[in-house]
Amino acid sequence: MTEEKKERKPQKRSDKSPKKTPMREQPPEERIKNFLEVPFGYTEKEALLEAERCLHCRRPFCVEGCPVEINIPAFISAILDKDYRRGINIIKETNVLPAICGRVCPQENQCEKACVMGRKDGWDPVGIGRLERFLADWEYANGRETPKIAEPTGKKVAVIGSGPAGLVAAADLARYGHKVTLFESLHKGGGVLVYGIPEFRLPKSIVAKELETLEHMGVEIKYDTVIGLTYTIDELFEMGYEAIFIGTGAGLPRYLGIPGENLKGVYFANEFLTRANLMEAYKFPEKADTPINVGKKVITIGAGNVAMDCARTALRLGAEKSMIVYRRSLAEAPAREEEIHHAEEEGVEFHLLTTPLAIMGDKDNNVIGLECQECELGEPDESGRCRPIPIEDACFDLECDTLIIAIGQRPNPLVPRNTPNLKTHRWGGIIVNEETLETSIPGVFAGGDIVSGAATVILAMGAGRKAAKSMHEYLMNKDKKA
Amino acid sequence: MFEIVRKEWLHEVIFLIEVKAPAIARKIKAGNFLVFRAKEGGERIPITVAEYDRKKGTVTCIIQVVGKSTKLLSTFEKGDYIQDVVGPLGKPTEIKKYGLVGIVSGGLGIPLANLVAKELRNAGNEVIGMVGARTKELLVWEEEMSKYCTEMDYCTDDGSFGMKGFTTNLLEKKIKELEKEGKKFDMIFTVGPTIMMKFIAGITKKYGIHTIASLNPIMVDGTGMCGACRVTVGGEIKFACVDGPEFDAHQVDFDELLMRLGQYKKYEKVSYDLYLKECCGGKQK
Repeated sequence: MTEEKKERKPQKRSDKSPKKTPMREQPPEERIKNFLEVPFGYTEKEALLEAERCLHCRRPFCVEGCPVEINIPAFISAILDKDYRRGINIIKETNVLPAICGRVCPQENQCEKACVMGRKDGWDPVGIGRLERFLADWEYANGRETPKIAEPTGKKVAVIGSGPAGLVAAADLARYGHKVTLFESLHKGGGVLVYGIPEFRLPKSIVAKELETLEHMGVEIKYDTVIGLTYTIDELFEMGYEAIFIGTGAGLPRYLGIPGENLKGVYFANEFLTRANLMEAYKFPEKADTPINVGKKVITIGAGNVAMDCARTALRLGAEKSMIVYRRSLAEAPAREEEIHHAEEEGVEFHLLTTPLAIMGDKDNNVIGLECQECELGEPDESGRCRPIPIEDACFDLECDTLIIAIGQRPNPLVPRNTPNLKTHRWGGIIVNEETLETSIPGVFAGGDIVSGAATVILAMGAGRKAAKSMHEYLMNKDKKA
Repeated sequence: MFEIVRKEWLHEVIFLIEVKAPAIARKIKAGNFLVFRAKEGGERIPITVAEYDRKKGTVTCIIQVVGKSTKLLSTFEKGDYIQDVVGPLGKPTEIKKYGLVGIVSGGLGIPLANLVAKELRNAGNEVIGMVGARTKELLVWEEEMSKYCTEMDYCTDDGSFGMKGFTTNLLEKKIKELEKEGKKFDMIFTVGPTIMMKFIAGITKKYGIHTIASLNPIMVDGTGMCGACRVTVGGEIKFACVDGPEFDAHQVDFDELLMRLGQYKKYEKVSYDLYLKECCGGKQK
C-alpha cells in the first residue's frame, strides 16, 4: 500500500472536539519534590482521540510551520491506522530526534500555530507535539530500528559538539555512508540537552539512547576532547578528516553588567544548570560530588526557557520561594507558554515589568537581595518587543539568598579563537554561506547556535541536517574534481 | 579512561601521578591546565601539570589531598584508570625573552612553576626561583625546578628549610639585592596560594615590575561554558578557563577571588566527611 492511499480526505470541524486531549502530568505539589519528567505522555487511547481531531486540510499549513517540514498529516493518519511504525518512520524522514523535539520544540510557535483547528476562537490546535512524542515513546518501548546506512564512501568526517546540531549532522553523515567521528568536550554527550535542559523536561536516558543509536550506525564518539585545544581544525584535516562540522553552540554566559554579579550565591544560568543537570548536584553528597548552593529565596533574572528551567530547578533543590524578575511583560517573554504555565503552577512568583539595578550583598559578600525598578512598556525596539521604560522613583528591593542570571548565551569562543582563518561576526558567531553553511575555510561547515546565536533545539537540528547535505555534496564533488 | 602509569607519595598528603594521555601530552605547554574527573559521579576539578613526556604520551601531576575528590584520586594506584582527563585547557604562558625573570611560587604552585621555569629558561631568560612552603616537607618538586633556574632561593614559614619567612620576604630581599647591583627583574611570574599571589602583586606593583599570576578559581567545565571561574581583571569580568588562567597580577581583584574561592567550604566538608566515614572509618589517612 502506498502512503497516499492511507491519507485521509479533508474533514469538517463540526465533527471535532474543540479542545486538545489533555496530557496527564505529575501534580505540581508532588513534582516540585522530584526531578522526574512532568508530563506523562499520551496513552494509546489518548493519542487516538487527539489524532482524531486532525482536519486533514488540503493545504497542510502545519507542515509549513515546521522548521524541518515533517509530513504531519501523514503521521497522524498512521496513528489513526494504528500503524505506529509507519508513523515514526514518516517523522524520521525529516527529523531524526522526535523524542526530543516532541518534548522541547516550541510547537505553539510552529506547527501548532499554523494548525487550522486553532485559528477559531476557543479552539485548540491539534496536539502535534504530543503526538510526535507518543510515536517516539512507542518506538522506544517497541524496539528501535537502526537507520539504514548507504554504502561506505571511504570518507572520514568530523563533527564537533554533540548537541542538537551535531547529533543530527552526525546521524545524516553516517547515513550518507561517511565514517563519522563526533567530538565532545564534556564527559557526556548531548550538549545543551544534558547540561542545560533539566531531567524533568527531557529525561537524560532519551539523549543516551540517541547517542547509542549513533554508535550503532558506526559513529565514533570521542569524549573529553576539546576541539581548538586538544586538536585544532588544521590538525583534524591532517588526521585525515575531509570535511568538518562545527556545532559548538552558545556556551558562554551573558551577564548584566550591574554591581554585585560576582557575589557569593550569584550564578550564571549555565553554571547553575550544569551543576544541577550534568553534574547531578541534586544527588549531592551521597551519589554526586558536585555541590550547588540553593538558598531559601531564589531570584532568577530573565524569562526565557533557561530562566524557567532555573526557577523550577531551584524549587526542586529546596528553595521555599522562587522568583522570576523580568523587565517586560509575559507577552514578550521568550519562554514557551507551557514552561511559563508549568512554572506558575509550581508556585514560581513572577515580578514582571521589573528591571534589576544592582545585586546587594552583606558584609561577607553573600547575596542578600536585588535592587529593582518598576517599568512600563514603550514602543517596540529592534527585537520587535516593547521596550521597557523605567518609572522614575519606583524603586524597591527583593530579598534573596541565591540569584541566577539567565539573560542569554553567546557563542563559545574556543573553536573560533583557535582557528585563525575562520571568519566570525563581531558578536562571536561563525560566518557561513547561508545556502551551504560552509565557513570561510573550505571543507569546514557550521550550524546551530554557534552561527545563529542562542536559538532553539529544532533550528539547530535543521542546521545540522542542512550542513550534512552540503558536506555530502562537497565530499562527492571533491572526488569528481580529483 | 586514562591509565595511571606511575604513582608516588611525596609527602603525607601530596602525591604524584603520571597519566597516559597522548593527545594532551602531544601539545601541552607551560601554563595550561587539565580537568580531571576521577570516576562516575565525581566532580570536575582543575589540575595543574608539573611535567610532560611527549614521547611517552604522559602528563605528570602533583596533587594535594584537600577534599573528597583529591582524596579519591589519592587512592588510585599504578594501573588504575581515571574516568576523564581533559586538556590542555587555558592559554599557555607567554614565553619569550624577557631578560631577568623571577618565579615566585608557594606550596603546590611549585610543580607548575617548574614547567614555566623550564620554558622561560629555554627561551634564553635568566631565571631566579623563589619558592616557599609552610615547612620543609611541604616543599615539593623544588629540585626539578632548580635545574632550570640560574639561582634558587628557599623559605619556610617555620624556618625548617631556607630563610624563615614568606616568599614575599624572599622576593623583597632579592629585589633589593638586585638594586644594589644595578639590576631589576624584567618580569615576575607567580603561582601558588591566592593570598600569596595577592601580596606578591602588591610588592611588584610598588617596584613597578610587570607580573603575571596564574589563578586557581573554582571551575566546572573548564571550557568557557559556565562562568564559575570568573574573575575581575582591570574592572572587567574574565573567565579564567578560557581567557586565563594567567593574568596581569596588578589588574586582578584578588580580594574578590579569595571571597569566591570560599563559596563551597561547607559543602566540601560535608562531602569529605561523608567519604571518610564511608571509606576510611572516619580517618584522614
